[in-house]
Amino acid sequence: MLEFTLPSLGADMDEGKLVQWQVAPGQPVKKGDVVAVVDTTKAAVDVEIWFDGTVHQLLTEVGETVPVGAVMALLLAPGEAAPPPDAAPRPAAKTGAAAAPAAAVAPVRAATPTTAPTSRQRVSPAARQRALELGVDLARIAGSGIDRAVTREDVDRAAAGRAAPAPAERAVEMRKAIAAAMSRSKREIPHYYLSEPVPMRRALDWLRVANADRPVTARLLPAVLLLKAVALALRDYPEMNGLYVDGRFSASPAAHIGVAISLRQGGLVAPALHDVGSKPLDALMRELADLVRRCRAGSLRSSEMADPTITVTNLGDQGVQSVLGVIYPPQVALVGFGRIAEMPWVDQGRLSAMPMLSASLSADHRVSDGHRGGLFLARLREQLQRPEEL
Amino acid sequence: MDTTHIRDGVIAAIQAVAPELEADQLRADRALRDQVDLDSMDWLNVILGLHERFGLDIPESDYARLTTLDAIVTYLDGRLR
Repeated sequence: MLEFTLPSLGADMDEGKLVQWQVAPGQPVKKGDVVAVVDTTKAAVDVEIWFDGTVHQLLTEVGETVPVGAVMALLLAPGEAAPPPDAAPRPAAKTGAAAAPAAAVAPVRAATPTTAPTSRQRVSPAARQRALELGVDLARIAGSGIDRAVTREDVDRAAAGRAAPAPAERAVEMRKAIAAAMSRSKREIPHYYLSEPVPMRRALDWLRVANADRPVTARLLPAVLLLKAVALALRDYPEMNGLYVDGRFSASPAAHIGVAISLRQGGLVAPALHDVGSKPLDALMRELADLVRRCRAGSLRSSEMADPTITVTNLGDQGVQSVLGVIYPPQVALVGFGRIAEMPWVDQGRLSAMPMLSASLSADHRVSDGHRGGLFLARLREQLQRPEEL
Repeated sequence: MDTTHIRDGVIAAIQAVAPELEADQLRADRALRDQVDLDSMDWLNVILGLHERFGLDIPESDYARLTTLDAIVTYLDGRLR
């Protein structure tokens, strides 16, 4: 029997509320399939499974809040026969007692309005189906049926009467989550900060020519060049790309870049673009556009939330000249880009106007020093002078 | 010539990206990006929305002219004639 547990969806997330199961008992699943939708303080996330198997039993009920690491479902391994019914697994598994390490990470939750336990809530199958269709949270419905069971009518009433799902409450929760992660970062990570001006004429000229041949639907943004350049520069500076866990740094072979995306209703998320260094610009642009769109629509995938190995913030888009970011633990570096603006530029004694970009690095002294950080930024600058390699 | 339908289409394209925008609060003669929170990805999506609505490919070299709601309407009106 295999256990499907709630994965960590980033350093600032320690529990999630099950919104929907995407699978049913008896259904075969493959690694990477989305099996559940879980609401976090930041967004609803499509949670993927990381092994093949057949769903045997769903342990978490829709509307239930469970900690990271809690067993949410049991699956049969490929080839494994279903056990006889009396050998059914102990329901104690779902309380997530085995998840103690995860729970210990963040005791910051005192004020969280936890959902009342729903294990004893009676819900008619029709009501459950209806709630699924309408996206209604069963835990918030008072039942009017026999034994206070929630009926289909209760669900309809709740759906009709509800306002938007309390954006103010989510904003408060998200702010708390960001504060917790950033406080941890500033407490634990000895940051150092560097910045470097990058001439952008070649990159922008190259982009202008590239985009002139493209239909509007395939146009590239400068952000895509910047992400790719970061990924290529990281190949020579692996100590900026990876995770610091349990007193040890492990470099990541691929650059999974967390892209900081501000949400219109406030707050931000930094989901990953995977293996940026190996992808052509067109593919990256499509993935970036898709990621931004899904962020705004609130449908991110768990692998995107969980595994960035470095973060890039492109705050210059909104107009600041430079940004010195706070590292998102357990990552060890963050690259920040400011606005691209024309500045005075001296080349061989001649003054001219040059589009300039301020690139910054916030990095972790437990893993690297300013010397290497400076070399990394220089490598990034040089990469952006050769846009045709991107 | 009446450009109301163009104006409505432009506002709809912006609102598709920035749903918080209230059309009657937008000053048509003031810089759009001072009034609406649009980053470069948002702007690209506005351009894509205009492309879908009006069937026009707006080249990047024309972006600089599209600063205000009035300017965008005038530009599109010229291109659509």
